[in-house]
Amino acid sequence: MLKINPALISAHSLGLKIGMRNILDDVNISVHDREIVTVIGPNGAGKSTLIKVMLGLVPQTSGHIHKRDDLRVGYVPQRFPVSPNVPLSVRRLLTLTHKANDLELQHTLAETGIAHLIDARVADLSGGELQRALLARALLRTPQLLVLDEPVQAVDFDGELKLYELISNIRKARGCGILMVSHDLHMVMAESDRVICLNGHICCEGAPIAVQKSPEFSKMFGPKAAAMIAGYSHHHDHDHESHEHSHFSDFKPSHGHKH
Amino acid sequence: MNLSILSEPFFIRALLAGLGVAIVAGPIGCFIVWRRMAYFGETLAHAGLLGVGVGLLFNVSITLGAVVAAILIAFLLLALKRQQQVATDTLLGILSHTALALGIITIGLVTGAVTGHLDILFGDVLTVSRNDVITIWIGALAVLAVIAYLWRDLIAISVHEDLARAEGVNVQWVELVFLITMAAVTAFAMKIVGLLLITALTVIPAAAARRMANSPETMAVWSIIFAGIAAIAGLLMSALYGTIAGPSIVLSASFLFVLTLLKSQRN
Repeated sequence: MLKINPALISAHSLGLKIGMRNILDDVNISVHDREIVTVIGPNGAGKSTLIKVMLGLVPQTSGHIHKRDDLRVGYVPQRFPVSPNVPLSVRRLLTLTHKANDLELQHTLAETGIAHLIDARVADLSGGELQRALLARALLRTPQLLVLDEPVQAVDFDGELKLYELISNIRKARGCGILMVSHDLHMVMAESDRVICLNGHICCEGAPIAVQKSPEFSKMFGPKAAAMIAGYSHHHDHDHESHEHSHFSDFKPSHGHKH
Repeated sequence: MNLSILSEPFFIRALLAGLGVAIVAGPIGCFIVWRRMAYFGETLAHAGLLGVGVGLLFNVSITLGAVVAAILIAFLLLALKRQQQVATDTLLGILSHTALALGIITIGLVTGAVTGHLDILFGDVLTVSRNDVITIWIGALAVLAVIAYLWRDLIAISVHEDLARAEGVNVQWVELVFLITMAAVTAFAMKIVGLLLITALTVIPAAAARRMANSPETMAVWSIIFAGIAAIAGLLMSALYGTIAGPSIVLSASFLFVLTLLKSQRN
């Protein structure tokens, strides 16, 4: 892939240490225009933390982050607890920190398929509708980079497929780069340009096909990982410690493994 | 029943003071409810009591003492929140009641008897002076102006702190200013409902307003209305039946809350 433009965002040797624990260790990651980069990994692998560090919400303890000048970012956080205490309509949710007129709101909500919910109460939305509202909220800022942390959580299987299709369409229509955290390997493999397996450090990364074949990947996602596309079961057993390094050639091995 | 009491200057002053506190208790209460900070507010109030004790000890203004102590404990909490050893609510429980105990002991040692200072705990709105009323209204309008200025940012933070931060809201600054206004309101309201009932005067009208509102703004307005009605009703109750004013105001607010429960929630 020709990279004429510099990356939208890139992190170099990113590290985060809390107390004695290495939450993130020597992470290198970049996202370019029109590119979907997906971070996968077991629970507690530091996926959301990586996102937060890259967005500047959590300061890193080592390494640095480079953003394109005046980068516009749209962010959909992992957890969005809707407090019934706050009376909030979808319209209001979208305009909390960004002013927009009715036409823009209608247009953006139509793009994510929930134009009819503009005056609905946020507390009444289903999981899928809330994710679409949050996505519309991020799109309203005409982002060059969309950062989606588990965009299909609390969504049923059918809804998941549609949401991934929507994300894919957004990339095609808008040409923005997308940095995504996901646990749903099935869809990740179909839509991503690059996949990054994270467990504190980057275990392996590359094109979906290459990553699937990597031994690091099977270690992370269990022995059935090879047959993963056929049916991904939610096993995140990660027995990194007991394995020695294996050899792999058809994907970019990450440096700096410290087992 | 003697209604002439209602036109007495001291009663008019009490009404004005009560309404002055109500207009800030409303919106502050909304943020306390939205951000689940009721216990936090309680801790500030207890710190205020310690501040009163220290103020008496060094013979400085007890209002100033209360504000400073509340702000200091707010900073302490912000700093301690970062540590992972003790859960935040446990920490609040420890700090809150340590401050309360220290405050009572200090006041007892300085004045000889805490019972002479029940007004600090339960308020003494019927004895406010003309200057008190003026101070309360100036303070209330200043707090309202600050909240109006930060309104959009405060709501964004209440909905989702990280998202607000990612979208350019200066969360630390807004939080800091909000804590200072909370501490200031604690000190103003001390004279009206007393330190023990300040949280009640902020939280209960806001909780009642929630059922009437379909936006943050309407909730804040309803909250002011309910706090105002509670202040008037509580003072009338106090005047007519000789009940203590501060708790009467809080009880009136609770009654209003129960009334709103009868309304089916549509918003």
